[in-house]
Amino acid sequence: MPSPDAVRYARHLLLPEFGRQGQQRLLNARVLIIGLGGLGSPAALYLAAAGVGTLGLVDFDVVDESNLHRQIIHGTADIGRAKLASAAEKIRSVNPDVVLELHEVPFGVPNARALVDAYDVVLDGTDNFPTRYLVNDACVMSGTPNVYGSVFRFEGQAAVFAAPGGPCYRCLHPEPPPDGLIPNCAEAGVLGVLPGIIGTVQATEAIKLVTGMGESLAGRLLLYDALRMTFRTITLPRDPECPVCGDASTIRTLVAYGQTCQPSETAAMKDEMTVDELHQWRESGHPHMLLDVRERFEHASAHIEGAVLIPMGTVMQQLELLPRDRTVVVQCQSGGRSARVTAALRQKGFEAVNLAGGIHAWRMAGYL
Amino acid sequence: MHVNVRLFARLRELAEAESLTVEVPTPATAATVWRALCVTVPALTPFERAVSCAINTNFSRMSQPVADGDDVAFLPPVSGG
Repeated sequence: MPSPDAVRYARHLLLPEFGRQGQQRLLNARVLIIGLGGLGSPAALYLAAAGVGTLGLVDFDVVDESNLHRQIIHGTADIGRAKLASAAEKIRSVNPDVVLELHEVPFGVPNARALVDAYDVVLDGTDNFPTRYLVNDACVMSGTPNVYGSVFRFEGQAAVFAAPGGPCYRCLHPEPPPDGLIPNCAEAGVLGVLPGIIGTVQATEAIKLVTGMGESLAGRLLLYDALRMTFRTITLPRDPECPVCGDASTIRTLVAYGQTCQPSETAAMKDEMTVDELHQWRESGHPHMLLDVRERFEHASAHIEGAVLIPMGTVMQQLELLPRDRTVVVQCQSGGRSARVTAALRQKGFEAVNLAGGIHAWRMAGYL
Repeated sequence: MHVNVRLFARLRELAEAESLTVEVPTPATAATVWRALCVTVPALTPFERAVSCAINTNFSRMSQPVADGDDVAFLPPVSGG
């Protein structure tokens, strides 16, 4: 078994609570970071620098210019690159001894348990409710601690879920909120440094879990307000009636929630087409209209040639712009928002079809 | 009686206030406080099933009783990352 580098980790080794034993525990640890965005970026950099032996990274997105004000592991030269490739390069430069396991896949029901089971600690850096619930449920079922963090505009929160005897995310919020209630993705805006604070708190908690130092956030929810510069904690015990970690849990298998950024695996089965099918339509001149429902800045960053931009929030007020004599192919970043618009348009009698995987899949297939 | 309500994230924006005092009849639960709040700020109503609450910094169910002068925090789910 390798031993930690005495020079690189000298300032850790000086800490009585940490010492050689703590550093060795970090070196032996396997931490899974889900999402290399605002939270995952600083978390990955600090965990790598700290000497975590193996870092698993899950992301299938590409770096967009609008990510750079907060996703500090990616740089200007990385725009258009896969986030995993970009993150791996930075991590290797910070600490070449870290073993990287790159999972360039969506975190979904089919792979969630296997991914979580393979690690000691999970760090939730995701940006949407369906994936957060899936991370939580998989961690509870696996018995793997889930270091949670989340941000909204100027406020953030962090907690440790699924630790022995502690609460889980569903003890705090038993079910995902109704679709569309909470602004998400590109809709809300966020102070760039905010996920830096929360992601760094998450990295701290992951290091404490691995080394056994201090008191973890398990059983507390940390609430941070950047504008007022306050940190509050509320006590959050495990809920015996929690649907997943409670004494008589009702959720015993992983379920997918179809919402916003993650296409529903049940609802999206019908009424959708693949990027290859759309490519064939375009090649063969099959009549259709391609409708891009992302925000204006996302369209400006990259778009499928000929796509008509009508952001999701305004499309239902501009139905007169849509044809009724041919198929409307609805497209967004990765297929989630467009699935909702597709369903709404079909209710209005349009022949609407969702483009599965959105412009991301289009790019991955090499069409962009 | 009066309770001190503290709001977070989207709720704070909709109410245009971080904290406010709400008057409720006795006895009252966190749910009573929430409904009184929604009368003052109707835009909060759709969050009823999504909010969690804490009384005096302890996570609580909406059915939990509140006392005069209690601090009641309402938290909407937050998903950004």
